[in-house]
Parts: sequence; C-alpha cells; structure tokens
Amino acid sequence: MDKNIKTEAHYAERASAQETSMPATSESQSKSKSRTTSASAPRLGVEKTYKLYINGKFPRTESGRYFTVADASGNNVANMCRASRKDFREAVVAARGAFSGWSRASAYLRSQILYRVAEMLEGRGEQFVGELTATGSSKRAAAQEVTAAIDCLVYYAGWADKYQQIFSSVNPVASSHFNFSILEPTGVVSAIAPQEKGLLGFVSDIAPIIAGGNTVVSLASEQNPLCAISFAEVLHSSDVPPGVVNILSGYRNELNEHFASHMDVNAVIYNGADADEIKLVQEQAANNIKRVVIRKKPAAPDPYQIMDCQETKTTWHPIGG
Amino acid sequence: MMPEASTAEMSAPAPDHVSRVDQVGVEERVARFRTRSIKKSSKVHALKLVLSQIDLTTLEGQDTPGKVRQLCQKAKHLHDTLPDIPHVAAVCVYPMMVGVAKKALTDSGIHIASVATAFPSGMATTEAKLEEIKLAVEEGADEIDMVISRGKFLQGEYQAVFDEIALCKEACGDAHLKVILETGELGTLDRVRHASDLAMHAGADFIKTSTGKIQPAATMPVTLVMLQAIRDYYYKTDRMVGMKPAGGISKAKLAIQYLVMLRETLGEAWMTPEWFRFGASSLANDVLMQLKKQETGVYQSGDYFSKD
Repeated sequence: MDKNIKTEAHYAERASAQETSMPATSESQSKSKSRTTSASAPRLGVEKTYKLYINGKFPRTESGRYFTVADASGNNVANMCRASRKDFREAVVAARGAFSGWSRASAYLRSQILYRVAEMLEGRGEQFVGELTATGSSKRAAAQEVTAAIDCLVYYAGWADKYQQIFSSVNPVASSHFNFSILEPTGVVSAIAPQEKGLLGFVSDIAPIIAGGNTVVSLASEQNPLCAISFAEVLHSSDVPPGVVNILSGYRNELNEHFASHMDVNAVIYNGADADEIKLVQEQAANNIKRVVIRKKPAAPDPYQIMDCQETKTTWHPIGG
Repeated sequence: MMPEASTAEMSAPAPDHVSRVDQVGVEERVARFRTRSIKKSSKVHALKLVLSQIDLTTLEGQDTPGKVRQLCQKAKHLHDTLPDIPHVAAVCVYPMMVGVAKKALTDSGIHIASVATAFPSGMATTEAKLEEIKLAVEEGADEIDMVISRGKFLQGEYQAVFDEIALCKEACGDAHLKVILETGELGTLDRVRHASDLAMHAGADFIKTSTGKIQPAATMPVTLVMLQAIRDYYYKTDRMVGMKPAGGISKAKLAIQYLVMLRETLGEAWMTPEWFRFGASSLANDVLMQLKKQETGVYQSGDYFSKD
C-alpha cells in the first residue's frame, strides 16, 4: 500500500518537474500530493512481481516459495522469490552455456556492453532510489548509492579492455623462446552479494566478474534484494547476452552450500564476515578446488577485483620457429 | 489412406487396416507422462536402467578405428569410481567398424549393433542393402539397424517396403533386426503408426524412431504411437517387439520420462535392455552425472566425466 503511493508520487513528480535528474526525486513525496493528482481517477497501483533472472528470462522460482521484504517500520514492501537449489542448478546451466560466447567476445565489446549497462541504469535511477528508500535508506544515501553504482559500471567498462595488457607479461627465459603469460577468465562464478547496499554491493560484485569475461550466478542481498532483481531489467535492455548474469533471491543459509559445492562452478565469491558461513563455503568449494574469494568488507572498485577471477596461462613459442 | 495402401496390405501379411492416430490425445497423454515425479531410490533405479539400455553410438563420416576403440572403452568403463553401475547394452557403429568393435569388446557382454542398408538415406538397391547386412553379420554384428525406404513408403509402395524388410530380416540370420522408420521424414503420426505395423509384420525384432541425422529425431509423441503399435501387435500375435527411440535424447530427465511412458504403455516386461533401447551418444554422461549427484549430493560437471 505504502509503496503504491510512493510510486504514484514518482509519476506526479516526473510530470511536474521540468528537469528530472536523480537528486530531484529525493525531494519530498507527500501522500496528500499523490492523492490530489489521482483524485479524478482513483486506481489501484500495479505492483511489480519480483522474480528471478535466469538465462535472460524472468522465471518464478520452481519451488513456488517466497519471502517478504519489509521497510524500516516493518511493513511488507514486496514478496520475493525464495530460490531453491534447483533454480541455482538451472542458473549454472545457463551460465555455462553463455560462457563460451562471452569469454570469446572481444574485450572492446564487453567494455561497450558494460558502458551500456551504466547508461541504462542512469536512465532508470529514480526507480532504484525508490526501491532503496522503500527498504530503509535515506533519500540522500539512496541517490548516492545509485550514482556510485553507475560510476562503478563505467569504471569496469573502462578496465574491460585494459587489464589484459597491464597484467599479462612477456617473461625473460634462458632459451630462444618467447614466453608469454596471458589471462583467461576463470569460468562460471557464483557470487554471494553483500547484505548491505542492495544495489551498489551487488553491482560492484558482478561488474568485475563479467568485465573479465566470466559468467555469473549471483545471490542478491537477503535483506535488500529489490534493487538486484530490478537491475536484471537494466541488464536485459543492455545487450548483455542471456545467461551471462543470472540473479537469484533467497536465503543464504539454504543456498550458500550449493553456491560453493557445485562442481560446474569454477569460482565462488563470498561477501560477508560470518565465520561459520565462510567455513562452509571454503569446505564445500574444496570439492573441485574452485577458486574462493572472501570479501569481508566492501572495497572501492579496483582492477585487482577483475584479477580475482582470472587464470594465468603461460605459453612458450620458439623464436624464429 | 491412399487406395494403394489397401491393395498393398492385402497382399502382404500386414495389418487388416491401419489404426488412425488421435494426435491431440497422444500429446495430452505425453504431457501426463512428463509430470510423474521419480525421486531418490526410484530415480537411481531408473538411471541405472537407462544406462543398461543405451546403445552407445558413433555414426559419423569422420569415424576412425581409434574413435571406435575409444567408444568401446567408454562402453566398458563408463565411470569406474561409481559402484554397481551396469554396462551399456550395445555399441552402434557402421559396418566397416564392426570388426574393430568386435575385437575391443571381447567378453564384455556388450552387443555390437551395426547400421546397414545404405544408412542413413536407404538410397541403394535391395541387393546392395542385403550385401551390406551380410557383411556386417559376418564381421560379428549381433544387431542390425536398417532404414526403410522412406521414398517408396511415401509414394505408397508399401508392399515393396514390406518385402525389403522381410528380405533384410532373412539376411540377418541370428542377428536381431531393428527397423528405423525415420519418423522425422514420415510427416504424420498416422504414417508412423502405419510404418510401425508394416515393419513388425515383416519381422522386425525392434522398431526404431530415427537415424539421428534428421530433425526432428525421437520425440515422445512419436515414441508413444510406436509403443501403442507394439502393444496392439502383441495382443494380436503374442510376439513381443522391442522399441528404440534414437536421436535427441541427451538428458537423464527426459530418458526417465521415456521409461515412464514405456512402463505405462507396455508394462514391466519391456523394462529391460532386451526390449527397450536408447540410441544416444551424450545421454550416458548425463545419466552418470545424475547418479554421481545422487551419491554425493553435489551437482556435477561434465569436466569430470570421460568424453565419448
């Protein structure tokens, strides 16, 4: 109910504002204002069903389960899909299928697509500010978070065709060979997004993964999953091929184990500081010795986060051969 | 039905009339099979049954003796770290490769199936086809997969098709004859039913959907129609005929749905490698992955299973 009114308020503001930039949306939204604008034709708001994002489609969870997200005062904001291990399995199949295409796409193309994602997010900023404020952020903090997420995407878009030349090397060897160390993406990455910062945490988690040519299955923040699921709509309209990013919402204590144990996942990134969860992830990941990245605190974007999901391949080539 | 049909069948010991197929009914029935829930120990049982019913197949122009030997090795050692798994039913190769397979599979209990009769098109003279069958049998094939002449069948020359199958059966001697209808080229379920009846009356030990070279290959509706034909033929003659869907079945889940259909159409007597086969090359690995998943509780990756 509360959410509907806010949505209407957005429309009202958008109609009245001459220049609709993001900070403008953080101006006051009063219930009376929205009532006056819709007084002539009272209508029920059309609420969005938050679903999963798997292989470029928006399915509901196969389990039929849901959980609720509440605002600061405990009111229900949305029902979210409570993804099961089978949804995760489907998502990994999608990510595996998308890997060969995405990893072979030119770095330049990946860069352009990431930039496109940033453009799309910029255009839909208001929606994300709305979702962040609905789940407890102040308007100011929400606007800052959205801006930071866009900047983060642009940052990694820039790095997508640069990290190879920075981190690859030509190595001196004691024979008449060229010796190169070059980077290759790790493969399918499962990423457990941070609980804090529903949008920025999520974006800064997946952006370096896909910039590096990996595909990803991500578990949105359990406390604030709205933005991650809405972000799927941004990805969907940005030429990101189906299956490159797959997004689930659900309970960490159900899904951590599968994110870490799946044999067809090549790396797992865990964001959080819960010692028991970290132990579980590390133990389960040992099954196929997958790469484990633990991020206890949010970090500012840097190219080493791309390197977290890269493998180094060294080749020898005879000189003049 | 075209007028030729009736004359052809009167002269052949073929069905008195061909049953018409209710396509909508078939599709609805198939949709039901797909909703059955097979879990835990039943699933493990089904998966092992699927493995034991697989005809591991390589039918490529690029096949070499090395490739065939590798396939035979795979047939014998599907995944040695999994305990208590059966071996596949047969290895299916071209006649030229039968000798190689025979040598590689000595004492393994795995049958050798060979395609013959100008597979996959069937475009050759009857004499050439019979010659090919005899060659394959001499080389050591236990089972012959022949293709029917779809051109003749579609032209309405049912008697010619019938006679050719009967001659092939004769040429097989002790070897089992599987008759490939290539349902993807027959067009309608009515024709699938007709071709099934024709093949069974001409002496087929097995009827098989497809060569795997034409799309669509095996589908559940087509397989159901053929299973029903087998059932009706069994009621009429008391002779059991086997069924082999081939092509396009690459996932364990789908294979189990086929088994459900088999169980609910023909009953338990057909639930053995003797009477039901899957013609597939990549199905085995998916089944193995599912079995490993049941054992370990962890979703598996193709990286850890041998390639065919």
